[in-house]
Amino acid sequence: MAINRILVGIKRVVDYNVRVRPKADGSGVMTEGAKMSINPFDEIALEEALRIKERGQATEVIVVGIGPSDAQAQLRTALAMGADRAVLVQVDVPLEPLDGARVFHQLIVREQPHLVMLGKQAIDDDNNQTGQMLAALWNRPQATFASKVEINGEVVRVTREVDAGLQTLDVDLPAVITVDLRLNEPRYVKLPDIMKAKKKPLDVLTLEALGITPRQRMHAVRYDAPTPRQKGVLAPDVATLLAELTNRGLV
Amino acid sequence: MNRILIVAEHDGSHLNAATAKCVSCAVQVPDAQVDVVVLGSAAVAAQAATLAGVAQVVQVANPANDSQLAAVLAPQIAALVREGYTHVFGPSTTFGKDLMPRVAALLDAPQLSDIMAVESDRRFRRPIYAGNVVLIVEVEADQPVIVATVRTASFGEVTRDGSATVLVRTLQVALPSHTRFVSMTQANTDRPDLQTAATVVSGGRALGSADQFKLIEQLAATLGAAVGASRAAVDAGYAPNELQVGQTGKIISPQLYIAVGISGAIQHMTGIKDAKTIVAINKDADAPIFESADLGLVGDLFSILPELTQRLSSR
Repeated sequence: MAINRILVGIKRVVDYNVRVRPKADGSGVMTEGAKMSINPFDEIALEEALRIKERGQATEVIVVGIGPSDAQAQLRTALAMGADRAVLVQVDVPLEPLDGARVFHQLIVREQPHLVMLGKQAIDDDNNQTGQMLAALWNRPQATFASKVEINGEVVRVTREVDAGLQTLDVDLPAVITVDLRLNEPRYVKLPDIMKAKKKPLDVLTLEALGITPRQRMHAVRYDAPTPRQKGVLAPDVATLLAELTNRGLV
Repeated sequence: MNRILIVAEHDGSHLNAATAKCVSCAVQVPDAQVDVVVLGSAAVAAQAATLAGVAQVVQVANPANDSQLAAVLAPQIAALVREGYTHVFGPSTTFGKDLMPRVAALLDAPQLSDIMAVESDRRFRRPIYAGNVVLIVEVEADQPVIVATVRTASFGEVTRDGSATVLVRTLQVALPSHTRFVSMTQANTDRPDLQTAATVVSGGRALGSADQFKLIEQLAATLGAAVGASRAAVDAGYAPNELQVGQTGKIISPQLYIAVGISGAIQHMTGIKDAKTIVAINKDADAPIFESADLGLVGDLFSILPELTQRLSSR
């Protein structure tokens, strides 16, 4: 069985290299004017989906974003990387992970994909929840933190990066896979592909169209800066460093 | 009255130290009874029963739990929680990160990831943006259950002088067969565990090659320390990913952390900010790591590391 289609989550986040700070009044974080990018883990998920398709093991790759209208830019980049079409579920306020998972679940009902691939976490809220929640709502397998993905008919063999080393699981399709850093190195987008991507379909949906009413289950009280560590002292040479460590009872 | 259920992490015979740290977090929640569920052996349940502050250990023995798969464990935990728990905590390890959101979704409950401090029974602190921002978040009063993972580096272990009762349970829950364990490749187990070691020596991209990364391993061996690595060193293939320290790797809190050839990107620093003492060795005096290090040494790691190892081993 070849996989019919792979759904890939693409989240728009503040770029990895931007140092984010809380606002002075603690009401939020300063992201105005910051460079925005595809969440790096999602880029890896997309790269893997594209490779599966290029090996002839899947027929279509659909990228899905949940976010503001501006998130179309990241979906266009994903189309330029090679995705076949895109869906933006447009929301003005960020959804909590459980509602994000409900959105993906509704899209699964519409698209009936055999495989859903997501980044293991988004580098803005660092939640690491959506893929696992989606797998629960869908009542299907999850293979999180994937560093290797092999499609064998209706079974996917996934190697997972876990604390103790590498764990290998077999999961029946359909399934949810969330990806870790070492799975692959995403391709660069070439100019002709950016031009081509402009003609690829990008549908914009609303939560109402999917029958979802978002629910606020928690609220931010305040955004603080972390407590900074004190700057220490420099040792002039190895002997002094070692003496200082010995004094402090550390070696 | 709050009732907190902690999901124990174990390897079949030994309780992981992360569980004792979750208890440490849970006992800070006001007006709470703290229970632990062990989906595993009586031996592990007996260890959990010694954790100070635990009222009851619920042991669920089922061969289906041998591989500790999230899809298999989650429905059992959800069934227990429905019996009247207000909070479910698990460690923020790969085990807990994998499992707890699945539990939360089955319970239609919100999850707070990586809680680092307890402010009330509904209000917690957690890091976001790689630790650049600390979010104080409160769960709405209409939510009957709160699921959370506990940032283990933020909490010490409770003592092991408790004597909780152990209740053996059988759960009538349909378990899936769509996920099957194939194999586990253990990392090098001669060395101390990165997550619990008192001393950690970490190397960065400046090590230059997997071969030269051995200088880190030699210093670590001399100190009886665990080995860590920056994401850059892992990406370059100098060290395996399970040694990665930082936002996308392990969050650790050793007594002594020696960072060698690591510039100190925020994504790395977020993994070590609870270390008691940070030592930085780097040839670039302007490297950001020196802003956070307690002790620093500017110089060439290829001469410093052998000298340090040699001086230590000749003592």
